[in-house]
Amino acid sequence: MAIEFRGGMGSAIAHDSAHKHVSGEAIYLDDIPNPAGLLHGQIVMSTKAHAKILSIDATEALALDGVIAIYTAKDIIGHNDAAPIFSNEPVLAEEIVEYVGMPLAVIVADSFKLASKAALMVKVEYEDLEPILSIQEALKKESFVAADHTLRLGDAKAAIEKSQHNLKGHYTIGGQDHFYLEGQIAMAVPEEDKDLLVYSSTQHPSEVQALVAEFMNFDLHKVTVEVRRMGGGFGGKETQPAIMACCAGLAAHCLGQPVKIRVCRDDDMIMTGKRHNFEVDYEVGFDDKGVIQGVKMQLASQCGNVADLSTSILDRALFHADNCYNLKNAELHGLPCKTNTVSNTAFRGFGGPQGMIVIEHIIDEISRCLKIDSLEVRRRNLYGKETDNITPYHQKVEDNIAPEILDQLEKTSDYQKRRREVDQFNVQNEFFKKGLAISPVKFGISFTTSFLNQAGALVHVYKDGSIHLNHGGTEMGQGLFIKVAQVVAQEFQVDVERVKITATTTAKVPNTSATAASSGTDLNGKAAQAAARQIRQRLVQFAAQYFEVEAQEIKFDNNQVILGDKTLSFAEFIDLAYHNRVSLSSTGFYSTPKIFYDREKASGRPFFYYAYGACVSEVILDTLTGEYRFLRADILHDVGHSINPAIDLGQVEGAFIQGLGWLTMEELWWDQQGQLKTHAPSTYKIPTCRDIPLDLRVELMPEVSNQEDTIYRSKAVGEPPFMLAISGWLAIKDAIAAIGNGNISVPLNCPATPEHVLMTIQKMRS
Amino acid sequence: MRQSVRFFLSDQLIELSHLDSNMTLLDFLREERQRCGTKEGCAEGDCGACTVTIVELNDGQISCKAVNSCIVFVASLDGKQVLTVEDLKSSDGVLHPVQQAMVDLHGSQCGFCTPGFIMSLFALYYSEENPSFESINDALIGNLCRCTGYRPILDAARAAVDTRPAHHWDQAMVNIKERLEQLHDGEDVELIQNAGSYFIPRNLKALLDLKAKYPKSFLLAGGTDLGLYVTKRKMHLQTIIQVTEVPELSDVIIDSDFIRIGAAVTYSEALEKLSTHYPSFCDMLLRLGSRQIRNLGTIGGNLVNASPIGDSPPSLVALGARVVISSQSGDREMPLDEFFLDYRKTALKPEEILKTIIVPRLGQTYFRTYKLSKRFDQDISSVCGAYYLKLNGERVADIRICYGGMAATPRRAYGAEAFLRSKNWHKDTVESAMLELAKDYQPMNDFRGSAEYRSLASQNLLLRFYLESMGEVGPGGVLDYGN
Repeated sequence: MAIEFRGGMGSAIAHDSAHKHVSGEAIYLDDIPNPAGLLHGQIVMSTKAHAKILSIDATEALALDGVIAIYTAKDIIGHNDAAPIFSNEPVLAEEIVEYVGMPLAVIVADSFKLASKAALMVKVEYEDLEPILSIQEALKKESFVAADHTLRLGDAKAAIEKSQHNLKGHYTIGGQDHFYLEGQIAMAVPEEDKDLLVYSSTQHPSEVQALVAEFMNFDLHKVTVEVRRMGGGFGGKETQPAIMACCAGLAAHCLGQPVKIRVCRDDDMIMTGKRHNFEVDYEVGFDDKGVIQGVKMQLASQCGNVADLSTSILDRALFHADNCYNLKNAELHGLPCKTNTVSNTAFRGFGGPQGMIVIEHIIDEISRCLKIDSLEVRRRNLYGKETDNITPYHQKVEDNIAPEILDQLEKTSDYQKRRREVDQFNVQNEFFKKGLAISPVKFGISFTTSFLNQAGALVHVYKDGSIHLNHGGTEMGQGLFIKVAQVVAQEFQVDVERVKITATTTAKVPNTSATAASSGTDLNGKAAQAAARQIRQRLVQFAAQYFEVEAQEIKFDNNQVILGDKTLSFAEFIDLAYHNRVSLSSTGFYSTPKIFYDREKASGRPFFYYAYGACVSEVILDTLTGEYRFLRADILHDVGHSINPAIDLGQVEGAFIQGLGWLTMEELWWDQQGQLKTHAPSTYKIPTCRDIPLDLRVELMPEVSNQEDTIYRSKAVGEPPFMLAISGWLAIKDAIAAIGNGNISVPLNCPATPEHVLMTIQKMRS
Repeated sequence: MRQSVRFFLSDQLIELSHLDSNMTLLDFLREERQRCGTKEGCAEGDCGACTVTIVELNDGQISCKAVNSCIVFVASLDGKQVLTVEDLKSSDGVLHPVQQAMVDLHGSQCGFCTPGFIMSLFALYYSEENPSFESINDALIGNLCRCTGYRPILDAARAAVDTRPAHHWDQAMVNIKERLEQLHDGEDVELIQNAGSYFIPRNLKALLDLKAKYPKSFLLAGGTDLGLYVTKRKMHLQTIIQVTEVPELSDVIIDSDFIRIGAAVTYSEALEKLSTHYPSFCDMLLRLGSRQIRNLGTIGGNLVNASPIGDSPPSLVALGARVVISSQSGDREMPLDEFFLDYRKTALKPEEILKTIIVPRLGQTYFRTYKLSKRFDQDISSVCGAYYLKLNGERVADIRICYGGMAATPRRAYGAEAFLRSKNWHKDTVESAMLELAKDYQPMNDFRGSAEYRSLASQNLLLRFYLESMGEVGPGGVLDYGN
């Protein structure tokens, strides 16, 4: 039997940089050897939440030996605006500061330490203005960053009124810091013609390029942005890197020397946006069986001082407030609140988790109200296959596999038996209680702003048969580069090692979208496939002529090319093609079909398809202290036909634990002046290895395919599994409920820190 | 007297007679030596991305320790060897087993935290033959990973320590001993520089003389607090005296009635030597910082910084510890609770040092300490309660209750103690004492907990102590389940 080529479709090979990661050889932006004359910038931040800037005095800082220059909004050559959707979102504050941490100026010195010290010495005089620090205040004062948006299906009000039962509630959902291990960083190097080469740790090189150009009043062709890899992104490097890149670009241009800006952890957490926190009000009507008849929700998100991506994030929250359930009649109202806090931004799930947890909370409350097991209530409300499958934004759910996933997981996790055991444990134990919960996930794939669903790639085959791959996607650890390399290897049927993965640069593939919305492989995989197929087509055409064989007799197979009865190695064949003047380089382009969304009508098909999953979590709770521990989690997740099951499994597990962090220990805490007090790992706690479920069983759904024509019928995986963690939060609720008879409402918000758990227990006891 | 510091970076001898005494090892590696494999994630010893392995000679044996290079001063490496992630691969490119397992089991995603994990695992690999699940967890909780969810990393750790395939490091580690022995000349180190002076005295007299001469100097033990003065507060420490090489400060002496702990004994050493004597205290120490922090931080350091949320003071106060304070004019002794004067203020005078902590042995008493925090490991307490109880039959013969996180200093619950003393140790008495607790403290609101929560939790912890003393709940809380 022929030896199969390495690393094709479906093979669980290691991340392309794994060897470099473990030996310290992977180069991150701050590891690039310093270019000659490198200077270091630091950003001077506002200490006020809302104030007029009276003066900025850097005399003392500039007097230090080695401090070179300071630049404020006045020094900006072009347009001071980093807005990704709207406009008027300044990089550096002009007359007014709008949050604590807002960049005011960039100060440049000959060392990182000196620049950090100098930044603290800049004196700013303010005149205080009244700040708005919470969603509640913003709602009261009608302070919004953009218009509200409503999804409507049927008549929710009438349906709720007619229902046998109804429930109302208010619910608070916390934000989350990305806590990528590599902080925000950019380095700008001036080049010939005063062009700028900008290294940026960004998920969105094209936008950094555009914003730096706008900041400098340059044509886009004067700015090149490059990123080899990020030390984590999670959405936090979609729009936020523009701050560092623009400031570094300006300073480098003005001084004619390279400038690097690396912000320290605390500044990063204070200065840059996070996951939106939400305040939710809901009203639901349902029948005796727990079947929902109608839902009204108001989702108010804390956007911070400017819109950034907040409207799209709020849209996605609304798009996921149904999760897997047929709401029948729904009125889902989203309000993007403007506050004097840092502008919140993209974070894995992009509003989806906040929408989804609301309906899961509602279902949980329904099941407690009716004393029916919550899995049963979930099942009764699932979307149908052929009917009962219209979402509140009028997209038909055509690929629903939530019922199968729940059924299978119920069996493999032994849910029913464990349900009885947990109930029995809770009867027998006074101080310790267990909780068990199952919840499904349905997550829509595509940027909901339809034009963003496009991608480009560039593939070169060199004359020795080695391949150079470039595309618009960025690598932040998610394994995009290896998956796209596997696509190219698959197309040419060659070992993946033959495919050289290279840094993302705007000079090779232009006008790209952010590597976001879980779309990296879907978009760039298809674009790379298109490029590879064009080259292959030319090769086939050439070979058919040259060897006088039919095109269908030409096969790329296991590092070889079979030409009728003749076989050449891939390298020999390419050499031959080169000498016969065949073009061995091609771009590739892809745009997602079928999708559209009419925002005016709040109707359309924003998603190409859905990814599904489900999780069962079990927890043990100490009711005296509010401490808890996850004993077990069983996950079954749908990635379609996996291109790389090892990479996909890593995404599922990593997203799940990150989601658990969001719902349990990760708490952002602002004081009365709008100062974030949890701005470093000493005060902001993300999960450690001891916080993961003791018994963690994760499976990819076997034998499923994507109904839609995605790259090899795979499915996106970055974000959907984040929401599997909701089952963990529901399990905590379940354990708390056990202090009563299990059938009472549990007013637990998130994050469920031990403090919030204990105070909820206290509330329920009194 | 030597006017330089000497250490090995990998197998290269580094001798520095002029150096920035405030320079961290991380900056030295990345900026001076272009060893960029070691990363900065937080510059405060909380994320582990900067973890390196330090090999040192202790009582003629080498020990391999993971530490956070972001808060270690370069000068404190005198007599040691530093290993970074670049040093592990053999010259023919063979990865160390911990590296290979991380590749094979998909333990890296973005890879930024990976060098730190590798060095924590490397230190574990050469300090424990067959580590338990808990020990692997202990070795890794100081390394944050935001991508993987840890499962593949834990699997890689298990695979590496279970299989232990031969690697050149197995022998290279043995050779380090001889190399380090040659470095140990017994000389005090004295770097007097305008830009900042650094001293390493090797006996108590030399230390006390220096402290008298430089009363404003900073004493450096583990640097887990002092390092942050430089990296976070951007302070410059003009004069630093490293106290860790003074034998009188580094010993644990166990006699029949008392245990004397040198102020510069690290948490890791304390764990090793005290676990059979004060098991509950040691369970709590395992939750203090990470292994990297416990390898550096000292019991004395935790007392002299007089933080209201330090983790060892409540236990030591409840245990009835006394402290010995030294200066050129001799020793003085006082109960630990009198040592804390106010928020971050102790009874130490500028020329004095904390020398020893004297802790009574437990005998027939109950002692428990409980820590509550948002995250189980490597977090600072919202509330930490410590309880010492001596019963005479059912009657409370003696009780000491001390809480951290409830006042400006670690403070005893005098009202609740007085209420309980001489009463019968019954649930209803304890429930009444819980109400007394509410009068003992007016806790504050902050990001670690609201006043309301702190009050309620402190009361519930007293109840938990009662329940545990009666055998109604287990000692580990939620940890008692699922293992």
